[in-house]
Amino acid sequence: MLKASLSSKVDPRDAKLSMAHFYVAFTALLVGGLAGLLQVLVRSGKFQLPFGIGYYQVLTVHGVLLGLVLTTFFILGFHLAAVSKTSGTLTNKQRTVGWIGFWIALVGTVMAAVMVLLNQASVLFTFYAPLKAHALFYLGLTLVVVGSWFNSAVIIMKYAEWRRANPGQPSPLLTFMALINTLMWCVATIGVASTVLIQLLPWSLGIVDTVNVGISRTLFWYFGHPLVYFWLLPAYMAWYVVVPKVIGTKVFSDSLARMSFILFLLFSIPVGFHHQLLEPGIDPAWKFLQVILTFLVVIPSLMTAFSLFATFESFGRSKGATGLFGWLKKLPWGDARFTVPFIGMVAFIPGGAGGMVNASHQMNQVVHNTIWVTGHFHLTVATAVVLTYFGVTFWLVPHLTGRTLTKKMNKLALTQGILWAVGMTFMSGAMHAAGLLGAPRRSSFSEYGGAAQAAEWIPYQIAQAVGGSILFIAVLLMVYIFINLAFFAPKGEQEFPVGEATNQAEKAPMVFENWKLWLGITVLLILFAYTIPFIDLIQNAPPGAKGGRFW
Amino acid sequence: MAKAEMKYDTQPENEEHSSLKGTLASVFILGAILVVTWVGVYFLYLDRF
Amino acid sequence: MHMHKFEKIWLIFGVTALLVFLTVLGVSAFYLGNQPPSCLATVDPEKVDTTAPFNEPGLKKVEGKDWDYELVFVAQAFAYTPGDVEVPLGAKVKVIATTKDVIHGFEVAGTNINMMVEPGYISELVTTFDKPGEYLVLCNEYCGSGHHMMTSKIKVVE
Repeated sequence: MLKASLSSKVDPRDAKLSMAHFYVAFTALLVGGLAGLLQVLVRSGKFQLPFGIGYYQVLTVHGVLLGLVLTTFFILGFHLAAVSKTSGTLTNKQRTVGWIGFWIALVGTVMAAVMVLLNQASVLFTFYAPLKAHALFYLGLTLVVVGSWFNSAVIIMKYAEWRRANPGQPSPLLTFMALINTLMWCVATIGVASTVLIQLLPWSLGIVDTVNVGISRTLFWYFGHPLVYFWLLPAYMAWYVVVPKVIGTKVFSDSLARMSFILFLLFSIPVGFHHQLLEPGIDPAWKFLQVILTFLVVIPSLMTAFSLFATFESFGRSKGATGLFGWLKKLPWGDARFTVPFIGMVAFIPGGAGGMVNASHQMNQVVHNTIWVTGHFHLTVATAVVLTYFGVTFWLVPHLTGRTLTKKMNKLALTQGILWAVGMTFMSGAMHAAGLLGAPRRSSFSEYGGAAQAAEWIPYQIAQAVGGSILFIAVLLMVYIFINLAFFAPKGEQEFPVGEATNQAEKAPMVFENWKLWLGITVLLILFAYTIPFIDLIQNAPPGAKGGRFW
Repeated sequence: MAKAEMKYDTQPENEEHSSLKGTLASVFILGAILVVTWVGVYFLYLDRF
Repeated sequence: MHMHKFEKIWLIFGVTALLVFLTVLGVSAFYLGNQPPSCLATVDPEKVDTTAPFNEPGLKKVEGKDWDYELVFVAQAFAYTPGDVEVPLGAKVKVIATTKDVIHGFEVAGTNINMMVEPGYISELVTTFDKPGEYLVLCNEYCGSGHHMMTSKIKVVE
């Protein structure tokens, strides 16, 4: 059924392109992780940053490197490898486009990083206007996005080529999923590119004096929520397609997997207002409409949860498991390629539960901008997503470099995952608890003039420092494992696990490949959710804000 | 269609041979976590001014 | 497309739960008036000090409105005006805030009073201060190097 045989290896030339992305991603992990350690230490109240380094500069480093650089570069590298593996080696032209994109994104990353390190851009990774960063910071971020568009073009071109060569056939599942994530990314990045190019860059350069804050935030969050799904979907790719193969079973349902990805494409974007629930200038009825759409995007995750449990149970029962939960014992717990992503899956349960609270319209008043939110996305992106990326790294990097994951490295990888789970339980748990008491996110250590309420938060901040320190050890271990797999592990063949569908006879409906239909609905939903409130923001705009450098 | 069904029945992972009771129980535990979290914070919202 | 019976049961349960949540939120918001703060009024951020009601920050008794008091806060990097204020227990208060410079996050810790203040916009929220105590007001949106020093106090007294 598939053109590319499943036993084939990713072509070494494509492997090099993927690996280039991973070097950047893991460098970001190391530096960003160190920044995270410094933050939790400062917030414990027992430690001060040396050399006059500011807390918010370190926080910007952490957010930009881990939230934007690590994720984007890892995802682009993974997409390329997955498509090359399942739809065939890239053509020379496609690969050249990929390299151009890589270098553009890297130059942009370096530009933004230099500005952050020079303390010219301590605006955090959300860079809310009217905090005014150096123009080169905005330009750098723009280049990262433009570079990612080149790599998106590679995925789209490869997909189109595969479809032409295989008329009437559904595309390989991993390619299909990478394509959905790519399309979502392209539609979403229009928002952030617009605010940066039309509003922030001219204002930072002094061409215009003021900026319209409401519009800038709305454009940012039009991008900001699909951004988190852009992080999540590669993890779902691994959960749906890779993990079943790793444990030795089949994909639970090819069609349902495709359907859930289509639902993500439709409902990930018209939901940005749930990040803006407490802000002025937007009518609450429009906020509520986007809350409803946000709840719809829960459905594909409910489907995913069922599929994954079903995969595990089917496997366990095929091995003779009995009882309600006997199948859990049959899972290959000694295999880091399974166990580390599994920890991520478990973290996604409380992560998802917290997310539903955040999106619940007026209930957002309880948690908005408290450190509960930080605790939430450290479960979702910084555990569920990132541990799955690590789980992929354990086999993908040696596959690409022609090496193998040794028993010893597998053991270290398991240790790494467990340390991460322990550290995150302390850190994220304490963040959720302190957040419910009102402790703010994105704030340096403060006693708030000796307020009794602020004193209650300090024990939780110490727990966060303990958890964060354990996490930093896990980060170091992970970087060590990555370096081993990239340069030192023994030469050999490491499998690229791609699961096959349980029921080959049940072909995925071709309507899933009808992009005019799905992109059409995506655009209609966006227009429906955004047109009127966006026009309101323009027509009722207040005088612009001058802003400036406040750090 | 009949052929497809027959082929499906020969799979070891089909519904008759492999029960998904554990899956159902698991997702309902997950569902309970979602509901308890949501209801808990909702009551916090109601309690506070 | 084939779907297992148990998956159907699960999705029916899940979708029903989502609908129940949305109904609870919707009734509370649209029927009982518990909307998240979403004021649509604007103000010139350069003229905050001379524009009513921000020319007189603090608590003021009002007549003939749905609320008994108006509590006006002005935010700027890195302070709130007023720096502390007393509110009588049980008072129904409209909290009104804006900013003179960048975005701030107006939060009264341990309460539902939590709203973004953005330059050019006015943020409002009506609530009844029905629990006595001393409440910390802080800024929960990053606004610059002194962000964590931005603070005020609300005492709810009998």
